[in-house]
Amino acid sequence: MKILVPVKRVVDYNVKIRIKADQSGVELTNVKMSMNPFDEIAIEEAVRLKEKNIATEVIVVTIGPAIAQDVLRTAMAIGADRGILVTTPLATDLGGLEPLAVAKLLQKLVAKEQPDLVIMGKQSIDDDSNQTGQMLAALLDWPQAAFASKVEKVGDALHVTREIDGGLETVEVATPAIVTTDLRLNTPRYASLPNIMKAKQKPLETIDSATLGVDTTPRLKMTALTDPPKRSGGIKVASVDELIAKLKTEAKVI
Amino acid sequence: MSILIIAEHSDSTARPSTLNAITAATKLGSDISVLVIGKDVSAVADSLSKCAGVAKVVVADKAEFEHQLPENTASFIASFAKSFTHIIAPATAFGKNLLPRVAALLDSQMISDVIEIISADTFKRPVYAGNAIATFQSSDALKLLTIRTTAFDPASTTGGSAAIENADVSSVTAFGKSKFVSAELTKSARPELTAAKVVVSGGRAVGSKENFAIIEKLADKLGAAVGASRAAVDAGYAPNDYQVGQTGKIVAPSLYIAVGISGAIQHLAGMKDSKVIVAINKDPDAPIFQVADYGLVADLFEVLPQLTEKL
Ligand SMILES: Cc1cc2nc3c(=O)[nH]c(=O)nc-3n(C[C@H](O)[C@H](O)[C@H](O)COP(=O)(O)OP(=O)(O)OC[C@H]3O[C@@H](n4cnc5c(N)ncnc54)[C@H](O)[C@@H]3O)c2cc1C
Repeated sequence: MKILVPVKRVVDYNVKIRIKADQSGVELTNVKMSMNPFDEIAIEEAVRLKEKNIATEVIVVTIGPAIAQDVLRTAMAIGADRGILVTTPLATDLGGLEPLAVAKLLQKLVAKEQPDLVIMGKQSIDDDSNQTGQMLAALLDWPQAAFASKVEKVGDALHVTREIDGGLETVEVATPAIVTTDLRLNTPRYASLPNIMKAKQKPLETIDSATLGVDTTPRLKMTALTDPPKRSGGIKVASVDELIAKLKTEAKVI
Repeated sequence: MSILIIAEHSDSTARPSTLNAITAATKLGSDISVLVIGKDVSAVADSLSKCAGVAKVVVADKAEFEHQLPENTASFIASFAKSFTHIIAPATAFGKNLLPRVAALLDSQMISDVIEIISADTFKRPVYAGNAIATFQSSDALKLLTIRTTAFDPASTTGGSAAIENADVSSVTAFGKSKFVSAELTKSARPELTAAKVVVSGGRAVGSKENFAIIEKLADKLGAAVGASRAAVDAGYAPNDYQVGQTGKIVAPSLYIAVGISGAIQHLAGMKDSKVIVAINKDPDAPIFQVADYGLVADLFEVLPQLTEKL
């Protein structure tokens, strides 16, 4: 089984973002960037399937600026076999390359690489859309198992346990299929230094998105980007009694 | 403007999230249809026909729609929806799973998690874990939105008298490459987390699944729902569907009590629109206190039983 794992380079989850003064986007210069955490989980899952001899090859792909190849190297250090960088001049967080366009670009790569499984993050923590995996499944007419917390191979199919609002749901999908990862699927490993060194030697192919025949013109125009309403800080209470009194007489919520 | 809402339901009853979607639709216009898709769903259609604001309920009832697998429902919705200007679903696990699939089939760039409808083509949504609010104007003829349920009040379940129609489902066939296996639903007599007036959430500091009873006791005293931080869910103290945050559930109750939760931005993203926030944490510098209206610096194991008893 060949697995394709799309990953995205995003502002690190620990960074407190700043909006640019002209509201055109989020300040990205001199900001720590990392692989989207859900995509790390996707890579880890693919590598584990390879370690169990279920997968034969793990290919990692990212779409972004040239510098996004650093997340490909990270993925290869975790255990992906080779990387594909699809370059785009568009912003990948907001007001640029949109989920539908990403899904269409990935559709082209799927046609080229013919994977049996695509594992990807359920959402990227910059634009928070949670769309691309489901869209790719639609474009390919493949089954989808979104928000996975467990993936098991059963015969020729996969049993995927999904995190849903009321608890968990298990579905069976025939391959080829799309799986999107939720937080509980696994805990990604840290890449060891030797593996980081080895990753530098692994093959990395670069493709210009313009050559893939996909119209990536944004459908949405971002007309403003503003700070959320601020909460004014509250007070500290000294005791349980004071807390109860405040909730009853001041806040009137109990 | 003609708006189609995809109802979220459990075959027998409509979920409250559908009522939030109806209110969102009323911000766009009054030609509002609700599509109830599933198997044996007539009771859902009946109840939704009585909701204020709904002009028409369309029922797509077929064995192939059992368990509402998106592979089966999305293509039907895409073929049915072409005459509408907007398709709306709640931004719940249901809507998030389904609507992007529909959007891709219709070649439309859907907008997720809308918190404000400004005009027929312009919408606000939170990005970067709610640390920025983006306004997007769509150029697609058919617009698909998931709406954040806490941003729109539930529509009234009475006062309406919508016509109920059956959709033509004769040509629907099963996709065949996916199948429902089982569901393991959290059983609870407590109010639903996303609709509750009071939520009590526990974090890593609660320490174990057994200790989580201390959170549940307080919740039961208040008639509240129970939530958790990611750390508490990852550690197995609470089920996955209790997770509040950027990548879990979004809540905005009248009262949110965070117990032993540090206040990471990913957690705040899910609860900072609550009306009143109480934080109980033994670290006076915990970031949760920056958003809390009332902070109590204390050991949760000491003060929680007291609080439960004195309320
Ligand atoms: C991609 C991604 C998505 C995420 N999504 C979410 C999400 O949706 N929701 C979410 O919650 N998190 C999410 N997180 C995780 C988030 O970053 C934090 O790690 C998590 O919220 C921390 O949980 P916590 O506050 O329970 O634990 P901690 O940060 O460990 O905090 C525990 C707190 O308990 C206090 N404490 C300890 N002992 C006691 C005691 N006896 N009495 C009182 N207080 C005590 C400590 O002072 C501390 O403040 C996400 C992270 C990533 C990377």
